[in-house]
Amino acid sequence: MKLLKDGKPVSDDWTHLDDADPAPAAGGIIVSLARWREERDALLKRGQVGIRLKSDEAPAQIRDDLGHFGVIALEFPVYRDGRAFSYARLLRERFGYKGELRAVGNVLFDQLAFMHRCGFDTFEVQKDPDADRFAEALSTFSMRYQRAADDAPTALELRHKARRNVAQEGR
Amino acid sequence: MYRYDDFDQTFVNERVEQFRDQVARRLSGELTEDEFKPLRLMNGLYLQLHAYMLRVAIPYGTLSSTQLRKLAEISRKYDRGYGHFTTRQNLQYNWPALKDTPDILAELATVEMHALQTSGNCIRNVTADQYAGVAAGEVDDPRIYAEVLRQWSSLHPEFSFLPRKFKIAITGCANDRAAIKVHDIGLVVVQNEAGETGFEFWVGGGLGRTPVIGKCINPFVAKRDLLSYTEAVLRVYNMLGRRDNMYKARIKILVNETGVEEFTRLVNEEWAEIREGYLELPEEEVQRIRAFFAPPAYEALEADPAEFMQKLDADPAFADWAHANLAPHKVSGYAIVNLSLKPIGGIPGDVTDSQMEAVAGLADQFSFGEIRATHEQNLTLPHVRQKDLYALWEALQALDLATPNVGLVSDIIACPGLDYCALANARSIPVAQMISDRFADLKRQHDIGPLKIKISGCINACGHHHVGHIGILGVDKKGTEFYQITLGGSAEEDAAVGQILGPAFGYDEVTDAVENVVNTYLELREGPGETFLQMVRRTGVTPFKEALYEAA
Ligand code: HEM
Ligand code: SF4
Repeated sequence: MKLLKDGKPVSDDWTHLDDADPAPAAGGIIVSLARWREERDALLKRGQVGIRLKSDEAPAQIRDDLGHFGVIALEFPVYRDGRAFSYARLLRERFGYKGELRAVGNVLFDQLAFMHRCGFDTFEVQKDPDADRFAEALSTFSMRYQRAADDAPTALELRHKARRNVAQEGR
Repeated sequence: MYRYDDFDQTFVNERVEQFRDQVARRLSGELTEDEFKPLRLMNGLYLQLHAYMLRVAIPYGTLSSTQLRKLAEISRKYDRGYGHFTTRQNLQYNWPALKDTPDILAELATVEMHALQTSGNCIRNVTADQYAGVAAGEVDDPRIYAEVLRQWSSLHPEFSFLPRKFKIAITGCANDRAAIKVHDIGLVVVQNEAGETGFEFWVGGGLGRTPVIGKCINPFVAKRDLLSYTEAVLRVYNMLGRRDNMYKARIKILVNETGVEEFTRLVNEEWAEIREGYLELPEEEVQRIRAFFAPPAYEALEADPAEFMQKLDADPAFADWAHANLAPHKVSGYAIVNLSLKPIGGIPGDVTDSQMEAVAGLADQFSFGEIRATHEQNLTLPHVRQKDLYALWEALQALDLATPNVGLVSDIIACPGLDYCALANARSIPVAQMISDRFADLKRQHDIGPLKIKISGCINACGHHHVGHIGILGVDKKGTEFYQITLGGSAEEDAAVGQILGPAFGYDEVTDAVENVVNTYLELREGPGETFLQMVRRTGVTPFKEALYEAA
């Protein structure tokens, strides 16, 4: 398992904690939603906590707690299960989450660009990641047809901006 | 015709290069077939029984003669000299080699075409009324909004891994030729009392193993809200649609299990969050796209010119063709011409490279260079002067594209079935051919009148059998092909799922059974004014059942 951040393999400061395992005294831990609910007070006291949501756990359930998490990991149990694409956009665009948003599970190279556009900024990938390839995945398309969490202008917006500019120059 | 600007062209070109890279990684073994599968599916590349199959999108069914020539050229260069028009305004090549597919896509890109999202669990090619822009009584041209949706849905980062495929169809007429009620989202362009343009939103229709007619969840979504409302529907579906069972994953199941009211509430709740903002469709974009679909330079012509009327009188074969294959055009002196891809005994929807090229030529000569593909697997020349019809008809006859059977018993929709498809229980194409041969007599066909037969080789219903006036479904009984018959289905504004008649028929019996049904209709109809479908609705299936099973 490798972690990609800003297109580069980085060392992971976080540990995924099984529900049965005790929390280590120090270091970042990522816990399940169930555990967060059970041990909320203890985890808050401890600090350095992240949460991992399964694909059937919508982030609206943690909306009031977002400030407590150092990382939110959204699971793709199989690449076909695309619920987390919506969850990521909600977290970023509607709930205003600014922290690390991590894609975990069956994360495919060819999905990275979609994930990135929906607001993920770190990725646990299975194969040894190649930094060049990552950059390539994000730059395959130089334009886009719809807005998402990446907030870049769309073809439609650019198209009409260009027209307006031309119209102004003409005056 | 919509024309790509630099954005659209760049996007499609980059997509081709991306796919070239993916294919190279597959060919080098870096990607396994399993890993390659979701990638190729997003580019319309299926693995079939014998070979790969490439499905090319014909957005909203509109083609230029240049594009059709390119499709012909590709079929000759990379395939076996023919293509197959499908029920969703796509063209399929049945025999491309994997290594050639990036080049095929690159060639398509030169004529502003692609195979984007013609398969996979994403928003599929948006289909529209084949008479868009020329039908009398149209509220607005549905292709404008289909193009808006095409762009918005192209490689949508959030909606490319939906629970299941997602199909949108749109019509601008009350008269539904786009089968919108059997789509995941069906749109009807309407006007409200204030005279503003908007959309009726039908959601949750679909065929497959659970046929469902869509439900209207909003009678008027304003034009500016098209994208925000669609995005709201898609987001609710993406988050809540079932993922535990592929056969329960379509939005129709979500709508049924949630209940229409609750589903509508969820959509409205989501919509309220995104309605104001960047999803608002600017009128200037609507105007920009509308300009591409501006009417061609029609001449001022009198309706029903003498030379046309005389030919109708003088040549009964021409009159038969005119009767079945023409539709009224909104401009006086012009006609909409349907070219039948259902020659008697032929393969529904197949067309050869030379036919495609000839049709492109005829489109240039007679129809402002424009062609339409219909969901009933035929082609349409949308703007022909009535005074040119006779010359066009003669040319089409020479090409075997003038069979006067559009909308009649031999204008059959059939899926590929066991001849091509790995999922099939039974053959479909040969059944269509047998029925077509049985009713070869055109006089008899015209006497029978409007009758739609639709055939699927298995319950996935690619041949729309549920909504056939007569539907035929291939089933497997202990390794033998059998065919179940349904009556009374419709895919139009009066959409309905057909009713099963009774026990299935063997391959050698099914044609007789269909003929028996047709004869029962001819015997019991209240005169030639009562169509087959009208009679089934009046009498129910009982008289057909009695005639069919009691005789045996
Ligand atoms: C030969 C390869 C093909 C295979 C393996 C195939 C497979 C399938 C499957 C599995 C479904 C059911 C999907 C679902 O209900 O979620 C389906 C539906 C459908 N297919 Fe195909 N198909 C093939 C070819 C075609 C062709 C050639 C056409 C058009 C002529 C077509 C048109 C459709 C349509 C219209 C549906 C119905 C969608 C609905 O349920 O609303 N398919 N196909
Ligand atoms: S209906 Fe069945 S047999 Fe026919 S093409 Fe679809 S999957 Fe194949």
